[in-house]
Amino acid sequence: MPIQYYIILSLALFCIGIVGVLTRRNAIIIFMCVELMLNAVNLLLVAFSKMHYGLAHVSNTATTTGSEAQLFVFFIMVVAAAEVSVGLAIIVMMYRNVHSVDVNFLNRLKN
Amino acid sequence: MNQLAYLVPLLPLIGFLINGLGRKSLSKSVIGFIGSGSVLLSFIISIILFVDVKNHGGAITTYFNFIDADKLIIPFAFQIDQLSSLFLLIITGVGFLIHVYSTAYMHEEEPQHFGRYFAYLNLFIFSMLLLVMGANYVIMFIGWEGVGLCSYLLIGFWFKNDNYNYAAKKAFIMNRIGDLGFLLAIFWMIAKLGTVSYGDVFANVLKLSSTDITVITVLLFVGAMGKSAQIPLYTWLPDAMAGPTPVSALIHAATMVTAGIYMIARSNALYSLSEVAQHLVAVIGLVTALFAATIAIKQNDIKKVLAYSTVSQLGYMFLGLGVGAYTGAVFHVMTHAFFKALLFLGAGSVIHAMHHEQDIRKMGGLKKYLPITHITFLIGCIAISGIPPFSGFFSKDEILAAAYAKNPVYWGIGVATAAMTAFYMFRLYATTFLGKFRGTHDQEHHLHESPNAMTFPLLVLALLSVIGGFVGVPEVLGGHHSLHEFLSPVLVTEVQHESVHSTEYLLMGISVAVAVIAIIFAISKFSKKPQLEDAEGFGKVLENKWYVDELYDAIVVKPLGSIASFFKNVVEKSGIDGAVNGVGKFVNYSSRQLRLLQNGQVGSYILFMVLAIIVIVLIWVNDGYIYRFIIKLF
Repeated sequence: MPIQYYIILSLALFCIGIVGVLTRRNAIIIFMCVELMLNAVNLLLVAFSKMHYGLAHVSNTATTTGSEAQLFVFFIMVVAAAEVSVGLAIIVMMYRNVHSVDVNFLNRLKN
Repeated sequence: MNQLAYLVPLLPLIGFLINGLGRKSLSKSVIGFIGSGSVLLSFIISIILFVDVKNHGGAITTYFNFIDADKLIIPFAFQIDQLSSLFLLIITGVGFLIHVYSTAYMHEEEPQHFGRYFAYLNLFIFSMLLLVMGANYVIMFIGWEGVGLCSYLLIGFWFKNDNYNYAAKKAFIMNRIGDLGFLLAIFWMIAKLGTVSYGDVFANVLKLSSTDITVITVLLFVGAMGKSAQIPLYTWLPDAMAGPTPVSALIHAATMVTAGIYMIARSNALYSLSEVAQHLVAVIGLVTALFAATIAIKQNDIKKVLAYSTVSQLGYMFLGLGVGAYTGAVFHVMTHAFFKALLFLGAGSVIHAMHHEQDIRKMGGLKKYLPITHITFLIGCIAISGIPPFSGFFSKDEILAAAYAKNPVYWGIGVATAAMTAFYMFRLYATTFLGKFRGTHDQEHHLHESPNAMTFPLLVLALLSVIGGFVGVPEVLGGHHSLHEFLSPVLVTEVQHESVHSTEYLLMGISVAVAVIAIIFAISKFSKKPQLEDAEGFGKVLENKWYVDELYDAIVVKPLGSIASFFKNVVEKSGIDGAVNGVGKFVNYSSRQLRLLQNGQVGSYILFMVLAIIVIVLIWVNDGYIYRFIIKLF
């Protein structure tokens, strides 16, 4: 499939993720949108990796071009997992203090 | 012997430092001793230098380079020749007498003010000595400025009185206006000749074009106008009478105001080449002499009469310079120093006896209470009126004879002024010393002759006023003019006028007769019935000094004041202060706006993060395409 389809899909997912982060009030939904952004990037990386492999395969059959991107995707997933665990821990502590997960409630950072 | 030249100004400078720094700890007698002693020592050394110059001629001693830029080298050098050694004698001699007089006159002051007074006097003597001893115009200018400064300090000596401070400021500012002309002349000389030393300038005078010479001489004369109180820069001198009387005697009669004469006499090589400048000097001198004499006729303060008399006599000296009688002018400087200092010190004696009363309408009949003062004052009056054989006659006659040779009109106006001089001086004498005492009974009880420290200088000066003229007896009357011979190496371009002896006798006779008539008229009018009421009509104009001060106020002072307040209110307050405060206000405002970003809303924080990332990506995308574009714009 032409690479543009993957790019457009990834872009759409990324934008949905951004809008969600900016607009939603629930902290957990915001986290989900962050995951969405990360996975959009993952998708894009894999698509480009396949594109480059495909281009290189034409000239040299025994090449391994493009596998760096797939390795990078693994790294991103690991980082995402770590980040989610820390973030959820923070949300749990916040809930225990103010009994709400509404980010608008957090304006104690004001002063 | 010339090696001692540096001691002459150094001793008064040391006196200034000791008296100035130690004024709170020294006693009055020590201060007086140091102050007068330093000037006495300078006088003795001046005599040695004078004898040396008489025997061996002049010499220049260079000490170090005052200004040492690559192309412009101005040495700190003293030129002790006939002209400067004569002035040295006058300055230190009369200065010493005035110092002695001041020890008694100022004895009511507290020690620290007494010390301050003598410090300023010594500083003044130092500056005046620098002025006359300098070998180039720049050293002269240092002394010029120094005497202006000391004049300001001494006029405003009793600084708690606002009027005196105003008079001191006026003196200094008017001096400064003249100094601008002097400085421009110096700059012109440096530009055209590259040097300001007297010897070099006068030797290379033919290298200057005639416009150069005219401009330089006119600018130098502007400086002299300010310093020596000629029209239009003369109004500071009568106001300067606010200072103590010995100060008026020293600065405004004998020495500082003669600095202008010295400068022009020194530059006679330049002036003789410029007809325009000579006419200007002569005419302004003559007009000033006449004008000041008319004002003096109607003044009622002892010191103001003498002040206007000084302005008038200075006008005579400039007339002499303008018609080429340089020796005559310098001669008149010398004799004027004697009798004007005498008159001022005598007036001080009277003021001292009258307990600081200065209005002559309240005096009278002081003859029997102050005998020594009376005799010496009378001698001074006779000398200034130009009656032979007193000194004033010889010097004035020399100037008038030279004026007649140049233009009889000058002579005519000069004789009229001489008549007025005799008239107002004897009006002053008669109103003060003759007739009946018009003061209060209290004052009459306190009248006493002044102490010896005050009468001794009076006697010395009276003697000099009598015999001082004999150094300059012209051949017409059988003498040989020793002063003229002495000064001729310096005053080379003097005009030698050949006039028939009979004309000379006639001129002398007329001027003496006119003076005698004026004296008789004045004494008869004023000794019996002095004018006590305020003048009216034309007399009122004269009494108010032809309203010149008010004219200057309207033309110069008020516009400058309004320009200054414009600058203060519009430029300073709104403009500059507005800009500086505006920066502060701007920082205040922007920080207030920035604070609103910290609203604690997490959502807005994330929004800003996203926007920032978008901006960064946009700038750095495509190998920094947008970044390079922005750099190219600037």
